[in-house]
Amino acid sequence: MIRMSMGYRVFNAFNILFLVALSFACLLPIIHILAISLSGSSEAGAGLVSLWPVGFTTSSYEFILKKPEFLTSIGVTLQRVALGTVVGMLITLLVAYPLSKETHAFRMRTIYAWAFVFTILFNGGLIPWYMTIKWTGIMDTIWALVLPGAVPVFNIILLLNFFRGLPKELEESASIDGAGHWTTLWRIYAPLSMPAIATIMLFTIVNHWNSWFDGLILMKSHDNYPLSTYLQTILVRMDLTSVTGEALNNLREVSDRTAKAAQIFVGALPIMLVYPFLQRYFVKGIVMGSVKE
Amino acid sequence: MGLRKWRREIPLHMMILPGLVLILIYSYVPFFGLTMAFQKFLPARPFFDNPWVGLEHFRYVWDMPNSLRVLWNTLYIASLKIVVGQLVPIAVALLLNELRKEWLKRGVQTLIYLPHFLSWIILGGILIDILSPSQGIVNQLLGVFGIEPIYFLGDNRWFPITIVISDVWKEFGFNTIVYLAALTGINPSLYEAAVIDGASRWKQTLNITLPGILPIVVLLATLSLGNVLNAGFDQVFNLYSPSVYESGDIIDTLVYRVGLEQAQYSVATAIGLFKSIVSCVMISLSYFLAYRLANYRIF
Repeated sequence: MIRMSMGYRVFNAFNILFLVALSFACLLPIIHILAISLSGSSEAGAGLVSLWPVGFTTSSYEFILKKPEFLTSIGVTLQRVALGTVVGMLITLLVAYPLSKETHAFRMRTIYAWAFVFTILFNGGLIPWYMTIKWTGIMDTIWALVLPGAVPVFNIILLLNFFRGLPKELEESASIDGAGHWTTLWRIYAPLSMPAIATIMLFTIVNHWNSWFDGLILMKSHDNYPLSTYLQTILVRMDLTSVTGEALNNLREVSDRTAKAAQIFVGALPIMLVYPFLQRYFVKGIVMGSVKE
Repeated sequence: MGLRKWRREIPLHMMILPGLVLILIYSYVPFFGLTMAFQKFLPARPFFDNPWVGLEHFRYVWDMPNSLRVLWNTLYIASLKIVVGQLVPIAVALLLNELRKEWLKRGVQTLIYLPHFLSWIILGGILIDILSPSQGIVNQLLGVFGIEPIYFLGDNRWFPITIVISDVWKEFGFNTIVYLAALTGINPSLYEAAVIDGASRWKQTLNITLPGILPIVVLLATLSLGNVLNAGFDQVFNLYSPSVYESGDIIDTLVYRVGLEQAQYSVATAIGLFKSIVSCVMISLSYFLAYRLANYRIF
């Protein structure tokens, strides 16, 4: 670019303004919620808070941190994140490796691959899925939150495509040195695929942190609700049978607005802390998975 | 030789086994449960062992007063999301591409990715708060301009639009990633040649940038065909209420209410089967078209 025309300069200034405004449009709702959570409940109730706390107090955080249901649900979530990530990552690695082989090296590959891909194309729907989980007897246990979603086919495809991009010579030389498939996977493929693995791990963790529907229908006891399900019950789920319209909207905003805001913020905080650091990886991972030739 | 080769493959089978067992149980066993759609469901008995009733449940669904309404709502919300949700990221990616300051570009990207990572529970809680007709900050702002409070989540005229806009808001940033990658793939010498020929930045966008990302636009548009019946259960379920069933009830929420709230398992399975079949056809078609148009293969 030698010289910018006047028109382009004007465009540039507006472009910067617009994109900055757009970024704030993504951030402001969360700052607003944070401001409400740190405001006095009467000020928040009167609608005086915009982006800065009015009548600053941390009492809503003190309140929620003493709430047993809230703490229990965080415990369940941490458990499912830990267990779900370990199981999910293991399965992803173990399935992606054989499926990345050529048909002449692994003759059953195509059949297996179709068995996995078919689950993307067709599913039995909510009720048969629910019945099956009931039938396997894991309802109301942590395994109900881990096992049914433990085979993330899209992540497997992402990783197997990454495996296929690795130089063939690596595997051949390892094989000549006497390494079997297990050694090749753990000592060569896994360490070389760290960007892809980090991406998939981020998605898995975020996914488990955010999942609420499985908790809602597969957990009978409220003590087993993960955080997202618990938040769902207090933030958005109401007994809707008798309430409609205006009455409903009033019901949704009873005086614990600041406590709700505090819980929303705590629910969002870990994710806001984690994802910027992994941005480099997931951008690479997404691009790799979707725009490959 | 054959035997040795077979033995070398044993570890590969072992690796696949745990994942295979899990999908057999949690993805393939439910297929047998689909027989419920054609049976009278008696809770105490296993899937196969119920009396057959043919297409009775499908006829029942067809006769339900709201079934066409729900199908229409689903198609309407899903298609709007597909179209707007595709155009906005393209526009934003093009604008981001014009930013010369790398730190600014990165900062904007980091912020616009944020909503993608938050669940509809968190965002639902936020939306219910900020869109509230009496206390919400959005209606307070509108009030400054003398606009009467709007019941975004309780008014049938506003609900579908609110759903589409909030979904686009959540996902547009993340969806720019793919387009930005396509933009960096364009050969820089094309721009150099255009500058020498005296083409303005706008002309370059029209004649180099847009044709350059066209293949990926076509590809993503094709792949989105598979989503025509996915209006977004997580979002709608957490934002709707009986007062907006007319404009906001979608297939997935109907299945949930009929099946898990009213325990009419067979009817809900029948509706779900309809959705699964249509989705299967659309996804297969989209993969086929993507393969023919863009030589795209999922693996």
